[in-house]
Amino acid sequence: MTMLTENELKRKSVEYRRTILEIIKACGSGHTGGDLSCIDILNVLYNRILRVSPQTFQDPDRDYYVQSKGHCAEALFTVLADRGFFPKDELKTLNKYGSHFIGHPTRKVNGVEQNTGALGHGLAFAVGVALAAKQDRKDYRVFTLLGDGELAEGSNWEAGMTAAHYRLDNLVAIVDRNGLQITGSTEDVVQLEPLGEKFEAFGFAVRRCDGNDIGDLVRTFESVPFTPGKPSLVLAKTRKGKGISFMDNVAKWHHGVPNDEEFSRAMSELEEAQAALA
Amino acid sequence: MEKLQANLEVFGTTLLDLAHQDSNLLVVTSDSRGSGKLSPFGKAVPGQIVEVGIAEQNLVGVAAGLAAAGKTVFAVSPACFLTARSLEQIKNDVCYSDQPVKVVGISAGVSYGALGSTHHSLHDFAALRAIHNITIVAPADNFETREAVLLAAKTSVPIYLRFGKKAMPHLPRLSPTFELGKASLIRQGTHLTFLASGETVAPALAAAEILAKEGVECRVVSVHTIKPLDEVAVLSAATETGAVITVEEHSVNGGMGEACASLLLQKGVRVPFKIVGFPDEYTVTGSQNEIFKHYGIDGHGLAEAARNLAK
Repeated sequence: MTMLTENELKRKSVEYRRTILEIIKACGSGHTGGDLSCIDILNVLYNRILRVSPQTFQDPDRDYYVQSKGHCAEALFTVLADRGFFPKDELKTLNKYGSHFIGHPTRKVNGVEQNTGALGHGLAFAVGVALAAKQDRKDYRVFTLLGDGELAEGSNWEAGMTAAHYRLDNLVAIVDRNGLQITGSTEDVVQLEPLGEKFEAFGFAVRRCDGNDIGDLVRTFESVPFTPGKPSLVLAKTRKGKGISFMDNVAKWHHGVPNDEEFSRAMSELEEAQAALA
Repeated sequence: MEKLQANLEVFGTTLLDLAHQDSNLLVVTSDSRGSGKLSPFGKAVPGQIVEVGIAEQNLVGVAAGLAAAGKTVFAVSPACFLTARSLEQIKNDVCYSDQPVKVVGISAGVSYGALGSTHHSLHDFAALRAIHNITIVAPADNFETREAVLLAAKTSVPIYLRFGKKAMPHLPRLSPTFELGKASLIRQGTHLTFLASGETVAPALAAAEILAKEGVECRVVSVHTIKPLDEVAVLSAATETGAVITVEEHSVNGGMGEACASLLLQKGVRVPFKIVGFPDEYTVTGSQNEIFKHYGIDGHGLAEAARNLAK
């Protein structure tokens, strides 16, 4: 994998945000806010951290990525297209009749490890994959991205106990901690905090980072496992709708689709962001 | 005389045989190794049993991950919890994602008897029949159990195996082979067919023997594979014997009986037909045998059902 510089990764993030908005605008649906909050995480994982590529995707020793917050499929599809798992043109079929590119990850799309969409499923699946690596004495790693709202699903905590019990330090769970879910603030819907302490109590080695800061994400992911013998938990503080001023930290953009004027404004803002990174 | 064993015990010993041959085979349990007759397995091959605690959703999710990474995985838990609490994991993590987990429901039906409806699984056929990409198997006796486990280990598609914990008699069989999706002929007959599944095949055979003394010769078929249904066996039962009684340790709603009824009706085959199972109520209290008898799932009850159908 060509090692991209931090600035090049930042430019990728802007490019990805543009693609996400384009494909959501084209099909008229998508989880815009969450896509924009987690895209920097996906960018760093696929362009810097994960030992996986279209050529090695069937290799049993590849690193695995499991997107538990499946509703942000547009972000995952965007990054996979850029990494060459399938032609970027195919993204235009998102949510269209007969397309494999549906609103949640499916293994029919090259590069997707597991079908997700119902929340609270990714961590247990990732635990299974990581446990198999331990049993087979392989050194591949398993990364899974969780939404913060989905942590109300009890299955996450069942899986968390298992991860710690089996000392799965090859497992990295990332929480996209944007603080908003469809109804509003996660803390108003059902209190999650103190979230880091909860995961620590469950046996994870926890590290907090800015989930929209490329450099911070690189440094954090390059440090896993944080503690030998413990699963790692990255509490990535992000902003829903990050990168577009009028979407930033606004719950209604959870699955909002920009109208023509909003789309035009968003594209202009991304052009300016790209220019600033030139 | 050979000691009668529960299908569940045969499941455990068969699995251990397989595990000795294949270190890639894993059993995942939810504090259920004792009730699953897997304690000897755990002692013999401790590295091949994964315990997740009383967490059935997690059990299936972890099993799917292990299967995705190339393991041959049997996920074992009481059928009542496995096919209700973790139904979404079976649907999404296993079936929809096409991860070849062997989902094993133990102490199925009313095996837990007096423990009550929380511990009964009379819904599992119905729930799983409506989910795409899963084979549903309820073996009738020790032979079918062993064969089903051996085939499940080899299959690359999701499968649900359902076992009770009562010692089962060895059933006669007119065909020595066992094939998933192909019902087994237990007794030949010309006047009526009992299409039975799992632990109800034995009482269906008992009913056939009672009726034979009355000059009524009944065919008995073990419909061990509920899905995909052996359509040829069901259709030939109706057309060749002219009357059908289905028997299952399951609700009369959505189970094997309704699958047969749907097939016959859609194929235009109209014969006297009766579904014997559990009515739409919470079951009476009692042992499995007592509950069976209460609902007419014993030799005399099924013989009476046959007489009534002939009226």
